[in-house]
Amino acid sequence: MTTQARIRNFSIIAHIDHGKSTLADRLLERTGAVSEREMREQVLDTMDLERERGITIKAQTVRLGHVGEDGEEYVLNLIDTPGHVDFSYEVSRSLAACEGALLLIDAAQGVQAQTLANAYLAIDAGLEVIPAINKIDLVAADPERVAGEIVNILGGSADDIVRISAKTGAGVEELLQRLVEQVPPPAGDPNASLRALVFDSYYDAYRGVVCYIRVVDGRLGSGQKIRLMASGETHDANEIGVLTPSAKPVTNLGTGEVGYLITGVKEIDRIKVGDTLTDAIRPATEPLPGYSEPKPMVFSGMFPTDGDDFERLREALEKLRLNDASLVYEPESSRALGFGFRCGFLGLLHMEIVRERLEREYDLDLVATAPSVAYRVTLPNGSVKEIKSPQDLPDSGGLAGVAEPYVKIMILSPTEFVGPIMELVTNHRGEIGNMSYLGPERVELDCEIPLAEIVFGFFDQLKSRTRGYASLDYEPAGYREADLVKVDILLNGQPVDAFSAIVHKDKAQEYGKSMTTRLRSLIPRQLFDVPIQAAIGGRMISRETVKAKRKDVIAKCYGGDVTRKKKLLQKQKEGKKRMKMVGSVEVPQEAFVAALRVDDDE
Amino acid sequence: MSPVDAMVDARSAYVHIPFCSSICPYCDFAVVAGADDMIDRYAAAVVSEIGMAPEWGPLDSVYFGGGTPSHVPPSILGRILSTIENRHGLHSGVEISLEANPEDFTEERAFELRRLGFNRVSFGAQSFDGAVLEALGRRHGPGQIMSSVAAARGAGMPSVSVDLIFGTPLETDQSWDRTLQHTIEANPDHISCYALTVEPGTPLNRAVIGGAEAPDPDVQADRYERAEARLGGAGYDRYEVSNWCRPDHECRYNLTVWAQGQYEAYGNGAHRFRDGMRSRNVRRLDAYLSEIESGRRPIAGAEPVSGWETEIDRLFVGLRRSEGVSDGPGVQSLIGSVEGRLLEEAGVIEMSGGRLVVRRPLLTDEVHRAVLGLAAPIGWVEPSTADNV
Repeated sequence: MTTQARIRNFSIIAHIDHGKSTLADRLLERTGAVSEREMREQVLDTMDLERERGITIKAQTVRLGHVGEDGEEYVLNLIDTPGHVDFSYEVSRSLAACEGALLLIDAAQGVQAQTLANAYLAIDAGLEVIPAINKIDLVAADPERVAGEIVNILGGSADDIVRISAKTGAGVEELLQRLVEQVPPPAGDPNASLRALVFDSYYDAYRGVVCYIRVVDGRLGSGQKIRLMASGETHDANEIGVLTPSAKPVTNLGTGEVGYLITGVKEIDRIKVGDTLTDAIRPATEPLPGYSEPKPMVFSGMFPTDGDDFERLREALEKLRLNDASLVYEPESSRALGFGFRCGFLGLLHMEIVRERLEREYDLDLVATAPSVAYRVTLPNGSVKEIKSPQDLPDSGGLAGVAEPYVKIMILSPTEFVGPIMELVTNHRGEIGNMSYLGPERVELDCEIPLAEIVFGFFDQLKSRTRGYASLDYEPAGYREADLVKVDILLNGQPVDAFSAIVHKDKAQEYGKSMTTRLRSLIPRQLFDVPIQAAIGGRMISRETVKAKRKDVIAKCYGGDVTRKKKLLQKQKEGKKRMKMVGSVEVPQEAFVAALRVDDDE
Repeated sequence: MSPVDAMVDARSAYVHIPFCSSICPYCDFAVVAGADDMIDRYAAAVVSEIGMAPEWGPLDSVYFGGGTPSHVPPSILGRILSTIENRHGLHSGVEISLEANPEDFTEERAFELRRLGFNRVSFGAQSFDGAVLEALGRRHGPGQIMSSVAAARGAGMPSVSVDLIFGTPLETDQSWDRTLQHTIEANPDHISCYALTVEPGTPLNRAVIGGAEAPDPDVQADRYERAEARLGGAGYDRYEVSNWCRPDHECRYNLTVWAQGQYEAYGNGAHRFRDGMRSRNVRRLDAYLSEIESGRRPIAGAEPVSGWETEIDRLFVGLRRSEGVSDGPGVQSLIGSVEGRLLEEAGVIEMSGGRLVVRRPLLTDEVHRAVLGLAAPIGWVEPSTADNV
């Protein structure tokens, strides 16, 4: 156990690519937690996908030893946080286990929307926020400007902001000293009954559920009988320990300490993140404040290309959910695509990551339908029903009204792009609210906009209109009634439910036209002409045709070619397996999502 | 059994001659240019290889392909041919073919080849449009095609064929029509028409990647239909996707391949099918020579064809023929499959007189892809290997 006064628990808040993982690596190195020999690039990003995309998805935690300028030994618990807006709920979980937050800002790019949103989360949670400007070694670095932005948000003096380079290590020592001096030690009562917060968990194939916990009051001993206050379940603390970053068992975790707990439970749902652990015999009376479970924002149908893989897909989703409680799914059937699952995601990146993991780690070929949002439909009898799939929308006769989810978006951008951003927001049925200046050249725009308008392509368009300088964060903002219609797409005369979409009435015509045009270029030529039509109700609004293929034959096939041609055709056949038969039409998987991508210049 | 199917019992041999005076930009065969000093050494290696092959025969056909067989001295071709004759024996009525470039084919050479036993010549004419010939990197002009065919005729060559390539980007409908017209006027016994194909690894492919115009498949479909009409009208019947001939002038060597008959093969990059095994020689000339000169057979790889695979293979090679294939478990499996039904509905395949035929030859690969995925029907028993040889 560590003396409470020598513990410092902190998170790092940073935008993607602002150097959080690099700084974490440097801290690990400086504090001797990882020898240089063991040092892999970015130790904390363990998932393959995290490494590839350079982002953090799951929170990670590590215990660091550091001798302060006063000669005392301190324990620094770094609780890593994800940097993407889709995973902001993970950020609030991590923050609840900390007393301090290190706000890391890129010296060239300056404050970004997500950083700002997460900094506000930290301030609201009562954390000591320590700003640091990173990448001062870059040629494009402008620490003075960035310091000005930070002062505008957090107050304080620009001279007090630490300037570092996580890459070269410059300033990192000073930063460690700031952490020791400015982050308050944990405040809990060591003599009270045990209260510990479960701030994350994951499933390990050998050990079962592993919880990350923060002891708030009292202490947790190995072998202790514990109770989860929300679920009421009782378990044994089979093993407790700290992460250095490798798991190291300990006999006790004292007040303020951060570590892991293994109880032998195999089902991740039985220990909810946010629950409070207490002693089973001498329980605490009040649980710690928990946090609300994240609600899925976007929904998409996932269907196996090969119908026989349905059960494999179910198993894969079950396994993924073991480590990702935010993933929700329910069986769905589509006339065009057969049996699959309607899955709910926190956002588009989350959706992409789940899909990639299913294909890569579970070797599944999937068709994903265009993402949609959850609509609230009022039926003629006054009852309200939530629909997550366009195909569930009743015909106009069968409903009294449709409401769609709205989000509040915050956009940070250089002032010169305000015009194009306003135009973009307005084109997507958004309303511009507040505009405030972070500095002479940077502006924050607050808008309200239908969620459906930003789930597809909005972010890319924002980036391209602002040459990559704008950033975006959003939060739910309730439901609003709107004039929405369902546009159906017919292939070869047959409606394809997976292509149906709910769109605003004023945009239906344009949508139908762009869908048919896009599908014409995405669907390969077949043995016969394939008409592609868009319709509202029974009324056709657009039509295109994929002309029949005329020539598909190898010119020569003689004695020397037989084996080679067989291999070539076999390869082409493998390629065709990635197509989905919709009626008698072969449709490439990409068509189900790519058809909805809208270019900025359209 | 139909005459084309009877070729399943034929035994043939292929000899690869890799030498060319220059390499055409579209060619992806095992060829070399500027290596004429290797010709003698290569011929000696081929002669050795023939000696290494298990005895077999007598042969129904021998085919000298390339490369450019007409680029090497006829005496060398004669030496290889007589080695084959001594090793395997030749049937009476054997077909002995060679591929030739028009610019190599003088009357004197025609007589010499005829005297050595060659009775079929196939000219790489490609086009009568000078601009197309230039784009294809050919070294002859339209006039030389006429004179080479005349030379073959003058020497009494019993069967003469002309190869054409259509769909080169600067070809027009009119220039293709003129090529067909001139070809018919040259009066060969056999005509092959190939759509220009951009093969990976060729200079043509690099040019297309670099932005050069690629052949348009719809334009090629138009040109193919024009060839069908013109050649049919002139008394040539199409007996395979890309091959037309007058009665009894089918290429017997190719009929062997398409009927799943067996063929031995000699030379670098050559492929054979013997005793239920498809195998191939090493492709590089230097590697081929060093294998042979070290006393080894130059086999680079082999795949056995047995059991259900034999039936799939029968359809694969046989369906390119206009006569298609006779009914059998593979045919039943195809027409019973989802893909097979779609192909039938679209008029691509048809059962006719107990045979499965491809009615839209331009879509043959669609049929082939369906064939390659066919599973053996329920109750199919894999024959023992002994039955299969």
